[in-house]
Amino acid sequence: MAFEIKSPGLATTVQDQGRKGHYNVGIPQSGSMDQYSAELGNALVGNSAAEAVLECTYLGPVLVTDQDAVIAITGAPVEVKVNGEPAAQWARLRLNAGDELSFGVIRGGTRYYIAVQGGIDVPKVLGSRSTYSLGALGGFKGRKLEAGDRIPVGTPLNGGALPGVDTVPDEFRPVFAKEQTVRIVLGLYDHRLTEEGLDNLLTGEWKVTPVADRMGLRYSGPGVKWKEREQPFGAGSDPSNIVDAGYAVGSIQIPGGTQPIILHRDAVSGGGYAMVATVISADMDLVARAAPATTTRFMAISQGEALLARKELAQRTNDAWAVLGATR
Amino acid sequence: MSSPATARQEARYTWGGDEFLFVEVSESMSLVANFKVMSMATRLAAAGLEGVEDICPANASLLVRFDPDVLPPSALEESVRSIERDLTHSHDQTLESRIIEVPVWYDDPFTAVVAERFREGFHQEPGGTDIDYAAKVNNLKDAAEFIRRHHEQPWLVSMVGFVAGLPFLFQLVDRDKQLEVPKYLSPRTDTPKLTVGHGGCFGCIYSVRGAGGYQMFGVAAAPIFDPEQTLDDFKDFMVFFRPGDIVKFKPVAEDEYNKIQEQISAGTFRYRQVPVTFELSKALADAEGYNQELMEALNGI
Repeated sequence: MAFEIKSPGLATTVQDQGRKGHYNVGIPQSGSMDQYSAELGNALVGNSAAEAVLECTYLGPVLVTDQDAVIAITGAPVEVKVNGEPAAQWARLRLNAGDELSFGVIRGGTRYYIAVQGGIDVPKVLGSRSTYSLGALGGFKGRKLEAGDRIPVGTPLNGGALPGVDTVPDEFRPVFAKEQTVRIVLGLYDHRLTEEGLDNLLTGEWKVTPVADRMGLRYSGPGVKWKEREQPFGAGSDPSNIVDAGYAVGSIQIPGGTQPIILHRDAVSGGGYAMVATVISADMDLVARAAPATTTRFMAISQGEALLARKELAQRTNDAWAVLGATR
Repeated sequence: MSSPATARQEARYTWGGDEFLFVEVSESMSLVANFKVMSMATRLAAAGLEGVEDICPANASLLVRFDPDVLPPSALEESVRSIERDLTHSHDQTLESRIIEVPVWYDDPFTAVVAERFREGFHQEPGGTDIDYAAKVNNLKDAAEFIRRHHEQPWLVSMVGFVAGLPFLFQLVDRDKQLEVPKYLSPRTDTPKLTVGHGGCFGCIYSVRGAGGYQMFGVAAAPIFDPEQTLDDFKDFMVFFRPGDIVKFKPVAEDEYNKIQEQISAGTFRYRQVPVTFELSKALADAEGYNQELMEALNGI
């Protein structure tokens, strides 16, 4: 079966849990920006956590299914419409062959997900179905969807068995707020910031700018100061420059000391800007949900606390699957 | 080249959150630092630690991605530190590599057209070309002299990344002979695919079209990243370059460039390449003499 794309939306791509093992040659991990929301979409339709979904950015697609389908829309709050009639989000929906799925205006956050029983069935490239647009790799023909595309859907797992519960309870849905506290671990090149610069980063109020996409999010705010120094050979002339190095996913760089940039799933794998901290793995989904103008505070925690938060998120995800009666 | 003391100096260990270990071998770029990074990366890969997900050697630092649910951070750090200690005492200063001839059309029309769009506010000397500017800041006579210096001596792939398959290149010459050119004042939003660029002391080849801040000197004639894996050089993997490769640029004019395009279309193009063992001590003792030896390997094929 397949989804026929009538209108592609702003930036709709095929994503899954991402690809690892090729970052050393500059191929980023990619994958759904909001992994938690994408996963629960899969849970609702009887998929494993690894199946591919469609990630919609702000403006969703209009698509028609050529066969009966079981789908779920999760992620950022948006009006879901089947044949023009409102339908529920965070809940299992049944489409009949020829039904049209479309979306209204997003009411917060950035991205929502279309999960379908059987998963989006594009070929795996380097172990993943995720789209890496810059490298024209993976996903559907290595690019965002276009009108007229026919997106293949796979065969249901376990003979089409569905979990007992068809709606994600409120307490397991993420919050899409206009204010966020993002937990970070200081390190990498934080010693290159002045005391005042570090203080600005941790106590200042930052706002997500419109320059935010799958590669990263740029924030405006008080700025920071870098320590002046004689630059090492090969490092470039600005005090925020280093000899080009690998970038941790989630790391925060502050070119010229003006606007911090958090690198996300499609980010460049390396470059010449000093990083001063890294968003903890448990808060990467949170960052992905931040729409422009979201007020953000950065809270420094220890790596031990970050590992604890990671365990808590894993537990919460497992609990959500269990509540639905789904097998992860 | 920089003193071997860099190799004995202990690296700085720091964390990128809960999934990344960052090891800064040196703040400044040198062959010795890069060699140490690559040796550490090779040994870490050989150790086959469960929970290590990505080993990314860079110019003078190493980034390791790990799964902390499988491999606790302290265990990873201990393993990498132990590899570093072993290296300090090791006498093995060789790297299995290959030397590759990369045809380049210097001063080509493709990069010239794009450069035209990014002059005022982007470039240090909006009235001139990138090569003229590069020649001037390196106190060279003219563009031709700069181009000669660029392709006469080979380069080491000191890192692959930024975007898929992009090699960073460090010329294998003494520091006082290294070409240094500032990046654009503000990055371009466009760079032709296969542009041969330069920023700071690093050369590069842009594997895909996109944003970029390096000065543009020419265009490489053949692909270096091929997700479709059509050419023989990409049969095993879609990315051509590996850290530790040695690149010898070969200047080609328009007719030869066009011939190569025909070979690519016909699927018959192959890079001229030959395996070599790179010996650090020889490179440090007499860079250009050793380069001659390395380049002669290409004559045998």
